[in-house]
Amino acid sequence: MASLIPCPHCGQRPREEFTVKGAALVRPAADAGRNAWLDYVYLRDNPRGRYDEHWHHTSGCRRWLVVTRDTATHEIEGARDTAARTETVE
Amino acid sequence: MRYSAFSILLNGLRGNTAWKPAWRAPKPKPHYDVIIVGGGGHGLATAYYLAKEFGIRNVAVLEKAYIGSGNVGRNTTIIRSNYLLPANNPFYELSLKLWEGLEQDLNFNAMISQRGVLNLFHSDAQRDAYMRRGNAMRLHGVDADLLDRTKVRQMLPFLDFENARFPIHGGLIQRRGGTARHDGVAWGYARGADSMGVDIIQECEVTAIRRENGKVTGVETSKGFIGCSKLAVAVAGNSSQVAAMADMRLPIESHVLQAFVSEGLKPFIDCVVTFGAGHFYVSQSDKGGLVFGGDMDGYNSYAQRGNLSTVEHVIEAGKAMIPALSRVRVLRSWGGIVDMSMDGTPIIDRTHIDNLYLNAGWCYGGFKATPGSGFCFAHLIARNEPHAVTREMRLDRFERGYLVDEKGQGAQPNLH
Repeated sequence: MASLIPCPHCGQRPREEFTVKGAALVRPAADAGRNAWLDYVYLRDNPRGRYDEHWHHTSGCRRWLVVTRDTATHEIEGARDTAARTETVE
Repeated sequence: MRYSAFSILLNGLRGNTAWKPAWRAPKPKPHYDVIIVGGGGHGLATAYYLAKEFGIRNVAVLEKAYIGSGNVGRNTTIIRSNYLLPANNPFYELSLKLWEGLEQDLNFNAMISQRGVLNLFHSDAQRDAYMRRGNAMRLHGVDADLLDRTKVRQMLPFLDFENARFPIHGGLIQRRGGTARHDGVAWGYARGADSMGVDIIQECEVTAIRRENGKVTGVETSKGFIGCSKLAVAVAGNSSQVAAMADMRLPIESHVLQAFVSEGLKPFIDCVVTFGAGHFYVSQSDKGGLVFGGDMDGYNSYAQRGNLSTVEHVIEAGKAMIPALSRVRVLRSWGGIVDMSMDGTPIIDRTHIDNLYLNAGWCYGGFKATPGSGFCFAHLIARNEPHAVTREMRLDRFERGYLVDEKGQGAQPNLH
């Protein structure tokens, strides 16, 4: 794991300031059906390579971020605010 | 060659020139009855029990690197069966019983030492939880004793009993738990399986799973195509990668778990002891090194190495439990990639493909499960039905709502 995470609000900050949550998945609609929810809650691609995950800048700006990271090398490609992602998805 | 004190003496007199390799290095045959992907502890144990208990000897174990290079050589060697639930306790107890007879069975010194596993508690609520666990264990016929502070102090006087935040009130001990020499286990199973005709093929990486009419016909490997009647996958850490070759998505994430060993010390800790307040556990190897570990790093990884912040966290927890550790130097640290399942319980099951079998999701409990996992997986492959003690370790339990969630944490793989 890289020692620094580039927070879009605070700049390069040490990894100790952040808390990892897990895969950054798109939540299905409430009525999306059983299979979509099964997939979202339990099944994972678990890739070896590029991976989007949620990190919380707990000891910094306290924003939720989506960090793009390589699971084989631990290199971080970038990070963006979770709210920014929602805007691009919409 | 049977190993014994006499064979050591005899070979010594011959200048130790007559020892034979413990297993062959065969070329792959074109077809096997069963191919096991993964030459770790579980894969080798599966091959051994398939040959010994179920009479299936036309078996190959394919290992991408060398025997013992993966998680079987990267754990902290603890064996125990102090589980709470009816769905998992009998499985781990079967495994512990197999550990107890393993060295005689394999004719191999795996240095199994039933030195006891002690879990400390630090509050009334934790005492209640451990009492419940101990009673559940006893109801399953497993040994468990609740120790008060005085008894723990007699065993381990150097613990920080008066810790201001987490004073030690006592502990739950399983005296039959303990440690084993991890790579000795892999070598013992490899030698045992090989002697019954199993081909152990090292440096043979599976790159694709060939299927025809909805059944597996064999695997593409770095040593060419090898055909099989049944394919068994036991590659915890990389399960999602191999399952993807058969178009499966698993309820598993790969995470890194670190472990540490200190410089050699004089005899200090004669059992396995775990800190109930933080996550820290320690034992002392026969060479004298303290072998210890703690929580996972928490993020998905295939890198077999972790982060310094976790190293600091583990060592802080250790020092809170045993202040004397502050003067111990750490010799080595390493990381292993573990299959974290969504409920913290493994999967030993058939799949949507009739002749493809899956053994995965061991979280951090894979080593202690090695004999039981091999035995039950062999049972599943040979008989096509689960062994009684693994009948709840199904792949479809998430879909059906029958999770085996000992920690009660739900689908949070980095917390199990």
